[in-house]
Amino acid sequence: MPPPLITARSLVKRFGDLVAVDGIDVDVQPGEAFGFLGPNGAGKTSTMRMIGCVSPVSSGRLEIFGLDPAHEGRAIRSRIGVVPQLDQLDQELTVMENLVIYARYFDIPRAVAQSRAVELLDFVQLADRADDKVDPLSGGQKRRVSIARSLISEPELLLLDEPTTGLDPQARHLLWDRLHQLKERGATLVLTTHYMDEAEQLCDRLVVMDGGRIVAEGSPRALITEYATREVLEMRFGRGRNEERVDDVLGVGERVEVLPDRLLVYVADGESALAELHARSVIPESALVRRSSLEDVFLRLTGRTLVD
Amino acid sequence: MSTPAPLRVAYRDLALYRGFWKANFVAAFIQPMLYLLGIGLGVGELVDNGPDSAELLGGVSYFGFYSSALLATTAMFTSSQEALWPTMDGFQWSNAYRAMVSTPIEPRDVATGLTIYYAVRATVGAIGVAVVLALFGDTRSWGLIPAVPGAVLTGLAFAVPIAAWTSTRTTGDSFPAILRFGVLPMFLFSGAFYPIKQLPDWLEPVAWLTPLWHGVELCRGLVLGGLTSVELVGHIAALSGFVIVGWAICTITFRRRLQP
Amino acid sequence: MITTRILPSALLDVRSPQRLLERNAMVYRRSWMVIFSGFFEPLFYLLSIRIGLSALVGDIEVGGKLIPYDEFVAPGLMAAAAMNGAVLESTMNVFHKWRQAKLYDSILATPMSAGDIAIGEIGFAVIRGLMYSTAFIFTMLALGMVKSAWIVMSVVACALIGFAFASIGMAWTTYMRSWADFEYVPAVTLPLFLFSATFYPLSSYGSWSWVVQLSPLYHGVVLVRASNLGEWSPSLVVHAGVLVGLSVVGMAVTASRIKTLLLK
Ligand SMILES: Nc1ncnc2c1ncn2[C@@H]1O[C@H](COP(=O)(O)OP(=O)(O)O)[C@@H](O)[C@H]1O
Ligand SMILES: [Mg+2]
Repeated sequence: MPPPLITARSLVKRFGDLVAVDGIDVDVQPGEAFGFLGPNGAGKTSTMRMIGCVSPVSSGRLEIFGLDPAHEGRAIRSRIGVVPQLDQLDQELTVMENLVIYARYFDIPRAVAQSRAVELLDFVQLADRADDKVDPLSGGQKRRVSIARSLISEPELLLLDEPTTGLDPQARHLLWDRLHQLKERGATLVLTTHYMDEAEQLCDRLVVMDGGRIVAEGSPRALITEYATREVLEMRFGRGRNEERVDDVLGVGERVEVLPDRLLVYVADGESALAELHARSVIPESALVRRSSLEDVFLRLTGRTLVD
Repeated sequence: MSTPAPLRVAYRDLALYRGFWKANFVAAFIQPMLYLLGIGLGVGELVDNGPDSAELLGGVSYFGFYSSALLATTAMFTSSQEALWPTMDGFQWSNAYRAMVSTPIEPRDVATGLTIYYAVRATVGAIGVAVVLALFGDTRSWGLIPAVPGAVLTGLAFAVPIAAWTSTRTTGDSFPAILRFGVLPMFLFSGAFYPIKQLPDWLEPVAWLTPLWHGVELCRGLVLGGLTSVELVGHIAALSGFVIVGWAICTITFRRRLQP
Repeated sequence: MITTRILPSALLDVRSPQRLLERNAMVYRRSWMVIFSGFFEPLFYLLSIRIGLSALVGDIEVGGKLIPYDEFVAPGLMAAAAMNGAVLESTMNVFHKWRQAKLYDSILATPMSAGDIAIGEIGFAVIRGLMYSTAFIFTMLALGMVKSAWIVMSVVACALIGFAFASIGMAWTTYMRSWADFEYVPAVTLPLFLFSATFYPLSSYGSWSWVVQLSPLYHGVVLVRASNLGEWSPSLVVHAGVLVGLSVVGMAVTASRIKTLLLK
């Protein structure tokens, strides 16, 4: 196996008394799509900023390309592309100029920058907006400019902090599609998200973070197999009445979770479980059988939902 | 009775002003004080020792001549700036005025409300200058009291027409040029520093057309005395003309901008 | 190694500050009017004083010679223009790019460093000021106010003024929290403009002249005045030294503030 692109051991980030990242161990291999999944405040951005060499490590060890960020930040940064959580595009410049000047920060010759920018705008389907200012673009378009910009230096490693948060479903799918293409070309992606579907779509391997710690690690499938059943039966008995129905459904599945608005029953076969409950005359107001997801993994691990 | 619509508009800008009025209030005293010491006294000493100054200034000290004009020039600068970037903020960046006209407030109420707001700001500045002028013998006079509204009127003669321009813009790129090619030349060539009869003959009538010249003559005349009633009425009428025409244009440009 | 102890590490890690110049040039290419209109400000002042005040004041004695008032004031205006240009660029404009546009955050994610940003932005402010100073010399030439070919040295003097004020201005800006704080900028630059022996000789200040010598602009005015007259003396080294010292302090503070505030 080639040496990992990123190695973190007991990595800690403190802001005064607050411990944002609390001793995490991570290895990211070349060519892999690696995810940090966790709710707001889990420490994802803090971790990404340390990897991006824009935030000093408080303690522990961090190596990127085998280099130490404390001393070789400039060299590391020249080999990575960053899409920050909030777009930081240059509002005073056009889309094209944004890409070209960003390339210049990497000391890329102007002519090379120009031709790469044309290609990349094509790739993110914004060639027709090249000469527009950034401000009037939609959220999804700005995100795509950010991604094109991060690719202008042909980075060996791409960091994406919540790439699709706040975008409408159509914009998300377009973005996922572009990231898939990058994966196919062999790019190494590290991304954070609090959407389980995004993690399932994009990540080969991920860690689940909560309160600055890693609470689970593996491929999306493996995590679901380990921490959840194949299917989930979701039932609503009406607000406030879910809790009192727990006893009625016990024994049907492996596990029951109570949420304010519904009950989740973890089972291998949702339909037959529902049939069995009907037979016992337990009739919910509504019922739904679905495949289990990382949301369920997170619920199992922390007792909380990811997006609240 | 409910609050008139223009006042509700003015409240918004005054609420923002509350956030930094202290720094602004201090500046309103310190800035004229600095000019009085730096130009009024400093350059004044050079001028009063100059060869023909007594004759050119018509017998008044340079300190009195320059300082009384400061009422008008200060009002011009602060009001002009207020009608540029902060007003642009309401039209473009924070979009507050667009939000207002989606309520029963009309674009013309926005124009009137802004005028009220400019007047309040100009009054604070003018009182600052007047208080400082009252400290010096050459400029201590009851005329300072009517000179304050005179200065406010001068400020409005700039702010209101400029606001009409601002409402047609989407960026502030032209604003430095307005200050440098419009406001600054008036400051330097409209009789604030020396009588306009020293200007080249062709330039002198141009100065008569500027609002600042009327403002300077009005304030200076009130503070130092010697203003005929024809002059008084003439200057006030000229300044009011700028305000009224500016306001009328605002009602049109504001409507175009806010209810396209 | 002594340098590393005196200067913060942030200022020693400088490689491509010129990229900031490139970026700013890209922006101003579209709004060139903002830069262009600045040429006229000192010009209008000079013309106004020449037309009006000169006649009121008459000639003024400098170093035993009588010179017209406008010729006395011109170097002061030139120095003040260098100061104002540098301060404007390094305070308001930098604040906008830093706090609102988050420009420096995005630049720091690239191989650029905090030192690159500090030197680049300060350098840009100086260059902008120099364009105005140079234009001013041509105006003086056209009005027949140039006394000596040494006037070209006043461009160097203005560069020193620009460096000092841009560096201090940007360092100050890193401490600003909101736009309201900028109300205090003219509270500093206006007294400097008025009381730096710009409008009347140092002797007019009488026993207050030591206060004037505390003004950084005063030291710049002395240098520009000496250039215009072509009269050199060893004491000018001290005046230049003051400006260089302020520049270094300002740049060092700026670079390390960028580092501590944005790379945390
Ligand atoms: N610059 C900072 N100063 C102080 N606290 C911070 C800073 N950045 C993040 N934090 C805190 O660190 C914790 C983790 O934040 P973050 O890494 O942004 O989480 P996430 O990206 O997973 O939402 C939060 O409690 C946050 O408030
Ligand atoms: Mg985050």
